[in-house]
Amino acid sequence: MIPHPDWRVLHGWGGTAPAGARLVRTGTPEAVRTALVTAERRRVIARGLGRSYGDAAQVAGGDVLALAALTGAVRLDAEAGTVTAPSGARLGALLRLLMPRGWMLPVLPGTAHVTVGGAIAADVHGKSHHRDGSFGAHVNSLTLLTPDGTAHHLSRSEDAEAFHTTLGGMGLTGVVTEATLRLERIASTYVVARAQVTTDLDGTMHALASADAAHRWSVAWLDLTGGCASLGRGIVEHADPAPLEVLPPRALARPLAPRRARQLGVPPLPVSVVNRVTVRALNEARYALAQRAPNASIRHIEAYLFPLDVLDAWPRLYGPHGFLQYQFIVPFGAEATLHEVVRRVAAGPVPVALAVLKRFGASEGGPLSFPQRGWTLTLDLPAARPEVLGPLLDGCDDLVAAAGGRIYLAKDARMRADVVPAMYPRLAEWQAVRNRLDPEGRMTSDLDRRLNLSGRHG
Amino acid sequence: MTDALGRTRGVLVLGGTSEIGLAIARALVGRGARHVWLAGRDEAAMHAAAEALRPAEVHTRPFDALDPASHSPAIDAAFAAGGVDVVVLAFAVLDDQRTYEANPASGAAAASTNFTGGVSAGLHAAQALAAQGHGTLVVLSSVAASRPRRSNYVYGAAKAGLDFFARGLAEALRGTGARVLVVRPGFVRTRMTAGLRPLPFATTPEAVADDVVGALDRGASVAWSPSLVRWVAFALRVMPAALLRRLDRRR
Ligand SMILES: Cc1cc2nc3c(=O)[nH]c(=O)nc-3n(C[C@H](O)[C@H](O)[C@H](O)COP(=O)(O)OP(=O)(O)OC[C@H]3O[C@@H](n4cnc5c(N)ncnc54)[C@H](O)[C@@H]3O)c2cc1C
Ligand SMILES: NC(=O)c1ccc[n+]([C@@H]2O[C@H](COP(=O)([O-])OP(=O)(O)OC[C@H]3O[C@@H](n4cnc5c(N)ncnc54)[C@H](OP(=O)(O)O)[C@@H]3O)[C@@H](O)[C@H]2O)c1
Repeated sequence: MIPHPDWRVLHGWGGTAPAGARLVRTGTPEAVRTALVTAERRRVIARGLGRSYGDAAQVAGGDVLALAALTGAVRLDAEAGTVTAPSGARLGALLRLLMPRGWMLPVLPGTAHVTVGGAIAADVHGKSHHRDGSFGAHVNSLTLLTPDGTAHHLSRSEDAEAFHTTLGGMGLTGVVTEATLRLERIASTYVVARAQVTTDLDGTMHALASADAAHRWSVAWLDLTGGCASLGRGIVEHADPAPLEVLPPRALARPLAPRRARQLGVPPLPVSVVNRVTVRALNEARYALAQRAPNASIRHIEAYLFPLDVLDAWPRLYGPHGFLQYQFIVPFGAEATLHEVVRRVAAGPVPVALAVLKRFGASEGGPLSFPQRGWTLTLDLPAARPEVLGPLLDGCDDLVAAAGGRIYLAKDARMRADVVPAMYPRLAEWQAVRNRLDPEGRMTSDLDRRLNLSGRHG
Repeated sequence: MTDALGRTRGVLVLGGTSEIGLAIARALVGRGARHVWLAGRDEAAMHAAAEALRPAEVHTRPFDALDPASHSPAIDAAFAAGGVDVVVLAFAVLDDQRTYEANPASGAAAASTNFTGGVSAGLHAAQALAAQGHGTLVVLSSVAASRPRRSNYVYGAAKAGLDFFARGLAEALRGTGARVLVVRPGFVRTRMTAGLRPLPFATTPEAVADDVVGALDRGASVAWSPSLVRWVAFALRVMPAALLRRLDRRR
């Protein structure tokens, strides 16, 4: 009964909500154009490396274009300080090319296994958002193929509206085939990282706020397994580029070396090993280790920025039912909302496997970009007990929306459509430009159908 | 599409007046389903059922298990609107075994509804689910399919055939994104069983619906309802024939 030889069952990084679709290999811009034009009345969406957690990079029953195959020549313009890369290029692969030459991408998400196209479509952020803004702020220009097969060269001066609609546009404006990114110079691929242990949520927030002012990268890891008093205790980590003087001899010998990546695999597991006992033990261990660790350490930037990349296929730890990542932002001043969501989720039906807090600064972004000034909290939760967890998170969504915040679409797999307009007040503006680029509404994803982002799935 | 926490958008009930089928639809509406399609013979009864399915939007379609030509239009109409996440194959008839024996044509008609109709509607629904790349076909089998019995072998044979068919269909759907859930209820108090003496572990349509939603959440391929009847079925299968006969005679 498989409808087509290229049919695949796809899902996001969280392993939830699988969808069968045709996976079309698109290794060249020409192949992308052909796939778009021949899809005719079928629904189409681009897929990068599938690192978005929910249903953004799939469209059940439609055509999913495998853009991770669109790799190839990368052009480094040392004079302008830019790199032009095909959209399927993996950020990690770009770093491998750039770092030995003394260049770096200024904004990197928590994993290197992300394509340029995926980073643009989600307008991803990194641990330096308070300083550098989001990924889109460093995109000089891009080439977008709309479903009619037309290539548009977009930048802040060439159809700026379409450019910004594509940044954070979740692939719904067309397919990005190439982008030119602004780079920064680096002296070494090492950072000086510092960690500070805190005893409760307020303490963590204070420490994070003061770290922001002084440091390039900052983030806090929270322990949400403890009782009321210690809830939200954590480790505030901040880091800065390491000047050559502080590097140990081995690093100094090759200060621009990329990291030798060694990955450990996780086999498919029949059941989840993420439960209250394991999560609690891990949190205790991590906290205890941080208490004893030296205050500052020199670390490779990849080890610092991509801590989870040492484990391949780690979502398998959650067993066959997968997990959710709940990431929201609330503006500064809405600290009470942050506290309330933490309280509710910590008291919820499933353990919080991972909780990460970060402060965002001002951001250029697109109308549908996630970042805005404020606190962003990211919670990893097993996708279990849906009858309790569903209403609990729905309630949190309402709190977040009421506080003027929003949920990160690249992480979402469960939000209700009715809260989206409040969270993304520029939705109508975004829709108008999107509809100009794709008047027939052919670009769509399961995310779009679930949340009616394009306004065509009411 | 069903979201990461099993929130469904649309449900199609084939046998749109079935008490169990409607209870499943209600449970899914409680979990967020916004559209329910009822396909059946009795338009008036389906309209009446719509009330209890609020706030979902309810659509009805003519569908007769005995008329395979009615299957594809009813199913396609629901899928054309998009977003049927769950199809419940709920229709069946159950008459007294002695009636079937006295009137073989009535037995054949029952088998046609319960088995042949299930094959036709099941294949149509499976194809539609495969083409959309997601969704679950819920097939209502029965503990009666566990072992032939004096008291209900015509019904039991059709259910056994349907159960067999559904498990095969589950294999055929592997790799499409769509799935099959075979539900094997024990004795459920509905109009189908009205007048029969309840068996041990007799349950209600609502309880069956809860079990079905739980099984959908788990992504299970078989669900017994209540879960204990799995062991009843096991006992039935291993029981010496003489003992089973004695039991059947007492009923
Ligand atoms: C361990 C881990 C850590 C992460 N940390 C962060 C973080 O710190 N900050 C952050 O912002 N995100 C983070 N993410 C999320 C991730 O960066 C984004 O979801 C990103 O979009 C994934 O890129 P991808 O190439 O895998 O794209 P996919 O997941 O395949 O697709 C994501 C979206 O991009 C669209 N898309 C992909 N390619 C193209 C293209 N060529 N043209 C148009 N649209 C396209 C898709 O349609 C989809 O809407 C993390 C994810 C993981 C797994
Ligand atoms: N009740 C139990 O104890 C029990 C136990 C195990 C399994 N099951 C199974 O569960 C399912 C639902 O049963 P139920 O208890 O909900 O009984 P029910 O209320 O009597 O439902 C049976 C449904 O089948 C419909 N139907 C019969 N013949 C049809 C035909 N030719 N075309 C279209 N629809 C037809 C009936 O519709 P009309 O209104 O048009 O007649 C009725 O809606 C059945 O498959 C049954 O075998 C029931």
